[in-house]
Amino acid sequence: MTDDTTRGDVRLTGIGKTYGSFTAVHPLDLTIPEGSFFALLGASGCGKTTTLRMIAGLEEPTSGTVHLGAQDVTALPPYKRPVNTVFQSYALFPHLDIHENVAFGLRRRGIKSVKKQVGEMLDLVQLGDKAKHKPHQLSGGQQQRVAVARALINHPRVLLLDEPLGALDLKLRRQMQLELKRIQTEVGITFVHVTHDQEEAMTMADQVAVMNAGRVEQLGAPADLYENPGTTFVANFLGTSNLIEAEIAGQDGDTLTLKAGDGKLVLPAARCSAPTSTGGKVLVGIRPEKISLAHADDAGEIPTGRNRLTGRVTATSFIGVSTQYVIDSPVCAGLEVYVQNVERDGRLAPGAEVVLHWNPEHTFGLDAAQAIDAGVETVETDAKEEATS
Amino acid sequence: MTTLTEAPPAAPAPQTPAKAPRRRGRLTPYWLLLPGILWLLVFFALPMLYQASTSVQTGSLEAGYKVTWHFATYWDALAEYWPQFLTSILYAGLATLFCLLLGYPLAYLIAFRAGRWRNLVLILVIAPFFTSFLIRTLAWKTILADGGPVVGVLNSLHVLDVTSWLGMTEGDRILATPLAVVCGLTYNFLPFMILPLYTSLERIDPRLHEAAGDLYARPATTFRRITFPLSMPGVVSGTLLTFIPASGDYVNAQLLGSTSEKMVGNVIQSQFLTVLDYPTAAALSFILMAAILLMVTFYIRKSGTEDLV
Amino acid sequence: MPVLLWIRRHLVVLAGLLTLGFLILPNLVVLVFSFNKPKGRFNYAWQEFDTHAWQDPCGVADLCGSLSLSLQLALWATLGATALGTMIAFALVRYRFRARGAINSLIFLPMAMPEVVMAASLLTLFLNMGAQLGFWTILIAHIMFCLSFVVTAVKARVMSMDPRLEEAARDLYAGPVQTFVRVTLPIAAPGIAAGALLAFALSFDDFIITNFNAGSTVTFPMFVWGSAQRGTPVQINVIGSAMFAVAVICVLAGMLLGNRRKKQSV
Repeated sequence: MTDDTTRGDVRLTGIGKTYGSFTAVHPLDLTIPEGSFFALLGASGCGKTTTLRMIAGLEEPTSGTVHLGAQDVTALPPYKRPVNTVFQSYALFPHLDIHENVAFGLRRRGIKSVKKQVGEMLDLVQLGDKAKHKPHQLSGGQQQRVAVARALINHPRVLLLDEPLGALDLKLRRQMQLELKRIQTEVGITFVHVTHDQEEAMTMADQVAVMNAGRVEQLGAPADLYENPGTTFVANFLGTSNLIEAEIAGQDGDTLTLKAGDGKLVLPAARCSAPTSTGGKVLVGIRPEKISLAHADDAGEIPTGRNRLTGRVTATSFIGVSTQYVIDSPVCAGLEVYVQNVERDGRLAPGAEVVLHWNPEHTFGLDAAQAIDAGVETVETDAKEEATS
Repeated sequence: MTTLTEAPPAAPAPQTPAKAPRRRGRLTPYWLLLPGILWLLVFFALPMLYQASTSVQTGSLEAGYKVTWHFATYWDALAEYWPQFLTSILYAGLATLFCLLLGYPLAYLIAFRAGRWRNLVLILVIAPFFTSFLIRTLAWKTILADGGPVVGVLNSLHVLDVTSWLGMTEGDRILATPLAVVCGLTYNFLPFMILPLYTSLERIDPRLHEAAGDLYARPATTFRRITFPLSMPGVVSGTLLTFIPASGDYVNAQLLGSTSEKMVGNVIQSQFLTVLDYPTAAALSFILMAAILLMVTFYIRKSGTEDLV
Repeated sequence: MPVLLWIRRHLVVLAGLLTLGFLILPNLVVLVFSFNKPKGRFNYAWQEFDTHAWQDPCGVADLCGSLSLSLQLALWATLGATALGTMIAFALVRYRFRARGAINSLIFLPMAMPEVVMAASLLTLFLNMGAQLGFWTILIAHIMFCLSFVVTAVKARVMSMDPRLEEAARDLYAGPVQTFVRVTLPIAAPGIAAGALLAFALSFDDFIITNFNAGSTVTFPMFVWGSAQRGTPVQINVIGSAMFAVAVICVLAGMLLGNRRKKQSV
């Protein structure tokens, strides 16, 4: 890392926030590389918005410092920070028209001729013809774009987005995700995006920090987080995971052999975030779409070297591109399996005896000391299913 | 049970209930409006007409009055009492200004800074109403009394020198001077300024303040560009609610002023209740009403908040 | 320096508290001077502590008579104005009809008119009709000027009401009367109560309009007005302070009750 590449990084060092006896954010360290699209992901109340507001200067940290590159901005009020925010539900000034809303920051910094810049910025967000409208005359998606334009026109070092798409309906949200991503690529400014929508975070961000109860659970690229979650919270919050309690039976080179009930499972040692001593407990994780299903009669056709479990189908639901099965196995009840509807096996109806099998490479191991259902979402399940379909 | 007992009567009569409520519905609003509107017509609008007619009558209390279209009453009234009109507008204007200056910080405090004390402070703003305003106005006689602590402090700070240079006080007393009357008016109508201000401030999304700060506006700029413009509806209705009653008030001038602080309300009152010169009193009251309606209309147009009314 | 900085940060709060003090100060003076033993007829200068006025609040001729008259007037004016005003408010929000604009103006104007103008014109009417000035003319006047305020208060509440609630009630087998009594009225009740309270306060404390239309009848504000000329008995302060205390206690009790109800419903 040279000085050049770190110049625009956002560095949070030991930053924490407490309200009375309640700790909103435990002291955390985080570096957000310049030019990246960074997402803070978590359920409501996990501290992600507080973290964002501390970067913006809207919240005073109880401990720690905020650096923009080499500059310590911890003590600067928001109006002196080269950082701009797209607020949740936008906070557009209702008495000013779109042009004046977008020009607001420029005028405050004493720039007189703003017309050209504002025009260009409105064109960037495709609202060039709406300059004379008042905010309430625009649709939610348009207001959202004005909020982005109003922040971006100041060429901030970092753009902070606080649940910017939360108020939009699902379809518009998908559209705006692509739009925001396009804008970010175009202007190259660091975006820090706060969201509770794991889909959104994964689609848009280069880097995701998953937050839970005021701490960062795991940090990484979306695919890494998904494929190799480090905690049960991440495993359950990002998509769906089947977690099976197992005991380490032994290690053979790079692979661990596990005992789950009567069954035997194999797990690459590198994909296990728990201690790997023999006899130790682990949670074996496998994503539902990685599992293949075979009817018990066809069990002999399953290639060797794959992890296997037996079970009985208790429920199926047809989603269109896929079918979701709920399967009770002797080692774990309620396993979920998503199967693409390429060749549907009519025998896999509720009550059918089946064998689940998957490539051991897709297995991950988690510390069994954690709550197995941490981060399980109950409300957002619909959106998730829609996304996987 | 219910479906069994209620279904048969409903079946044969699908047409009558469909029509009857609609016919009744068409007249319902008029029945609801009738008594109240009649009351206002008879005891508010009609008296205005009577007063208009009285103002162009001539005659005497003994011989009775007749409508003679004697418009000269208006000129005579204006010619004689224009100083009181001016005094009224000046005092009411000053009181409105002071109410705005005093009331805004308190309204702001309640809306944004009071936190869990908000309800308590609101109650304290309204609480004075619970004591008769005349009693409270009389209390100002004590507070502003000659040689009292308020006069003493203001005197030693040379504030009274300034106010007496401005013609608001005389020597080292406040009572029986214009300042006392303006102070009384300010005090009496302050809650009418604070409450609408608070209502419109409270509606402002605090995130707008954060957004302005985020966009490089200092707190003072945020106030000037965001908070104050957004509170304009409150400012307009607050100033109206203060100015209108203050301009017609005669209680404060009577209790806290001397004869030289008479406002037009005092004149109307004495013409009506003491001198018994009804045409002049009616003309004066009409002029006051017209002046206020004119000013209010102009003001509302100017401040661009017509949707208030 | 930190002191200056602190003052700058909390300037609004300090200014607001000063204003609050300005608002409350006269009430404190009234309370303190209810324990005064004035020399002479006027109770403006502090002499010595004395509780005689509290022991005998009705000890001044006509004082308690005027108080009870004012209470009666306020009660009837509240009833009248609330009934008429609520009806108007419902008509304005729930129905479409002709002359809506004119009616809105007729309701707005009394609030935008200096009291002295209304007072004088009403007196002209009564004089022309040869009406006997007294209780009834005062009551008529009070209902008149309270009406607009009740309409405004109730209208605000009814407007924020979801009309679908009434549709839901009708869908669930409630007739028009039942819908009104079981659904509409309970939901509009806070607005009606606010309007009624406002009417009571306005009527009880009204001086200017009453002064014009009372003839020789003396209400409590008129008694105070008269005493400002003739001499102010300490009992005025006693009654003012007692009213203040009663009202504050009522408001606090109402708030506590409301809070508890809110907690229960949650």
